[in-house]
Amino acid sequence: MSEGEGDGSRESTGPLGYDQARWTDSGERYEPLLSEKDSTEVEVGGDDSPLPDDLTRDSLELPALSEPELARHYTRLSQMNYGVESGPFPLGSCTMKYNPKFTEDVAALPDGAVHPDRPDETVQGTLAILAGLQDYLGRIGGMDAVTLQPPAGAAGEYAGILIAKAYHEHRGEERTEVVVPDSAHGTNFASAALAGYDVVELPSAEDGRVDLDALRAAVGDDTAALMLTNPNTLGCFERDIETIAEIVHDAGGLLYYDGANLNALLGQARPGDMGFDVMHYNVHKTFATPHGGGGPGAGPVGVNAELAPFLPSPHVRRVPRSGTDGSSGERSDPRDGPHHDGYERYDPEHSVGKVHGFEGNWLVLIKAYAYISRLGDAGLADASAKAVLNANYLAEQVDYEVPFGPFHHEFVASAGDQDAADVAKRMLDFGVHPPTTKWPEIVGEALMTEPTEIEGKRTLDQLAAAFDAVAGEDDSTLEAAPSKTSARRIDQVAAARNPRLSWQALDDGEE
Amino acid sequence: MTDNDTRGSPYAPHTATETAAMLDAVGVDSESDLFDIPPAVRFDGEFGIDASDERAVRRDVERTLARNDDLTELLGRGHYDHYVPSMVDHLADRSEFLTSYTQYQPEVAQGFLQALFEYQSLLVELTGLEVANCSMYDAATALGEAATLASRVRSVSGDRVLVPAQLSDGRRGVLENYADGADLLVDTYPMADGAVDIDALEGMMDEDVAMVYAESPTIRGVVEPSLSAVGGLADAHDALFCLGSDPVALSLLESPASVGADVVVGDASTLGLGRSYGMGLGMFATREDYLRQVPGRLVGAGEDESGRRAYTLTLQTREQHIRRERATSNICTNQAWVALRAAMHAAWLGPDGLVDLAEDCVAYPRDLAARLDEIEGVQAPIHDRHHFREFQARTDQPAAAVAGDLRDRGYAVHTLGEHRLGICVTERTADRLDRFVAAMAEVAP
Repeated sequence: MSEGEGDGSRESTGPLGYDQARWTDSGERYEPLLSEKDSTEVEVGGDDSPLPDDLTRDSLELPALSEPELARHYTRLSQMNYGVESGPFPLGSCTMKYNPKFTEDVAALPDGAVHPDRPDETVQGTLAILAGLQDYLGRIGGMDAVTLQPPAGAAGEYAGILIAKAYHEHRGEERTEVVVPDSAHGTNFASAALAGYDVVELPSAEDGRVDLDALRAAVGDDTAALMLTNPNTLGCFERDIETIAEIVHDAGGLLYYDGANLNALLGQARPGDMGFDVMHYNVHKTFATPHGGGGPGAGPVGVNAELAPFLPSPHVRRVPRSGTDGSSGERSDPRDGPHHDGYERYDPEHSVGKVHGFEGNWLVLIKAYAYISRLGDAGLADASAKAVLNANYLAEQVDYEVPFGPFHHEFVASAGDQDAADVAKRMLDFGVHPPTTKWPEIVGEALMTEPTEIEGKRTLDQLAAAFDAVAGEDDSTLEAAPSKTSARRIDQVAAARNPRLSWQALDDGEE
Repeated sequence: MTDNDTRGSPYAPHTATETAAMLDAVGVDSESDLFDIPPAVRFDGEFGIDASDERAVRRDVERTLARNDDLTELLGRGHYDHYVPSMVDHLADRSEFLTSYTQYQPEVAQGFLQALFEYQSLLVELTGLEVANCSMYDAATALGEAATLASRVRSVSGDRVLVPAQLSDGRRGVLENYADGADLLVDTYPMADGAVDIDALEGMMDEDVAMVYAESPTIRGVVEPSLSAVGGLADAHDALFCLGSDPVALSLLESPASVGADVVVGDASTLGLGRSYGMGLGMFATREDYLRQVPGRLVGAGEDESGRRAYTLTLQTREQHIRRERATSNICTNQAWVALRAAMHAAWLGPDGLVDLAEDCVAYPRDLAARLDEIEGVQAPIHDRHHFREFQARTDQPAAAVAGDLRDRGYAVHTLGEHRLGICVTERTADRLDRFVAAMAEVAP
């Protein structure tokens, strides 16, 4: 083992060391499947059934366990899982920051548990929160109107692209292409394709930023939009953003902001001010709602005034009690708004229609509302400042080469001769969730690292010590990792070659 | 009471000394020096959002939400209120689950992966299909994804998706957006007495049909009696048969696989989530033939280096982070934690509990409709069918006026037409029906 073999100056803090809970049952398994503990087949239908037999199934086979058994099962499973509260989680582009506890309680308030089909006048509290969050996000992004309906960032991208499409079609223009930088999130490509667009890939310049000449060559009469995140996935700010906006707008296209990296900019810059016409917010990233092991998130979309009539239906607006028509879309002051005015849902004039069956992921949205209310201007700005400070400090400390820069909230180190995936597995042994690996491809053996503002200097030093310890290790050590987790290295190629996707398939496939 | 805290983020632990040391290590004087932003696009204004302490935020939200009327909701139409056992809240809220990320490092995510594997297994048992993914956003987006799946896997060309005339606006609207991007057309087939009009559907079937969608229970709560016939028509025309349902209903109703369903979609949030203003859990299951065209994440069982069973996300080459514009879907963040809750709730109920709950979903609306039908000026249910959770009632008085009077007495029901109400009942409202029937008897005649 090589703990403590890092940079001597940091021995006092050292790497963390980590043992994840593991359980042995039946000699070989960590935690049996529920079906292996007790699988019970019950008959369905029959004389006591309220339905005739031809409408019912014959039987149902599922586990039947007591609540105490289930409590232990899920507690054990939780102990075999790593979250933000388990240790450092510097997963680049994912913005894994601490999720305040009180927002869970706020989301669980019984008055918030209402059905979405209730008449507007009976859910004024819910609509006030939604309008308040629309307003907050508009201020933060520099956008004129915001929809909360998209249930995730990629869903927000898709809604944003639908809005762009509807806008062009409304103007009688048929534009068929969306331009996306090669370093962009994969969702940008997929969302544009889902909306029926051809994707034009934009090569990055040598400094990792948008190549203006390549951009000029890529855009034209067919361009519906350029999708861009800023800072980009290397953590670098697109300093030429004004020129980029000019090029895209001159071609008649719209500028789309991917909000995945917005945590780097709060209070420092706003997409709307940079010339972006439409953007999505990842509230589960920037505004600290829990990632939930992969969701739910929420991906509100902000637009400028020209695009506001195309927002999804329904949209929420404030209706001043003084009796004006309320159609101005004028934003309320969140400090006095929720308690004084009325709110209603309406269909924007040229709405793209629906992007969610109801109106999005309410439980996530209310947490974002509470988080923003808690931090306010000063807290939001400080969150970005500390996130950027942390990234710069950590980048300064690690032994790996960090090309490009200057960077904001995340940096991409190169593992050099080491395999980045192996480095990641080895970092698990030090109690650290590893960075995002092998992406963006512009950096060889990329380790995309985003510490976020929640880590203090001591933790960053421990993180750096873990990086340094791993940087000095040979391939055989790396390839043997991880050794302290509840499972050893998993053969993902074999799992894909022989997919077993349910316990029913295991029963078929195992002796 | 706002304390106007201007000290910064309460969740950034830096002391002034540490911040100074870190700035020094980086070689800058202040944090703002780290921002590489051209002056022209620097933001020097204010959002105008005051910081508040935790207590003040809670009170603000409580006070705001108190503006919601306190109503007994007899509402359904795609979002249902079932009791969620306390165990689900307590265990799903364990921070190792709640604050974790997508399981891209499976060695430290075995717990969540196993729970999702168990969720997939639950859906496999309920649908009889071989493959279930570990969540979409909601029923509407799952339906949209089913349509794009149909456009990819159908062996002959075809660009029409047939949907029932009685379909929620939300599902229809989302489907139309997905269909538009995939160059599909959404077409409507008629219904007869609240169920599929099989003869009319047969008349619409041709080689242009890529997918036929039917629901059971329908948006009117009708248990669809002709699913096998729909499956047969789809099969005869090489179209996919997509069935919309939910896990509680599927615990009792005939198996989708047995009626020829190729894809099952729906909202699995009927387990584990309760009322949450329409937030959902998109269920998606299909046949093994379409495995490599499935949207969303799949958890598979494999082995670790020591030969022991271990779980991992698998077949990721379908997904957007690898395949980009050629991915089967753009979904990335999904509803994993909601799926965890659904799996927990199903496990808590067990097979007997699930079937009992589903049987109640048939008995409650049947009994309530019969009681309402005795009231002068009310006919219920409108459709001479078996119902699940909800049904429609005809009122001699204008429905809006009846609903308004009911609201004044503390009840919310759907107003669906000039003389038509929608009423939903689950175990959460079943003990309040005596008073509801009495209220109806006051306002309906």
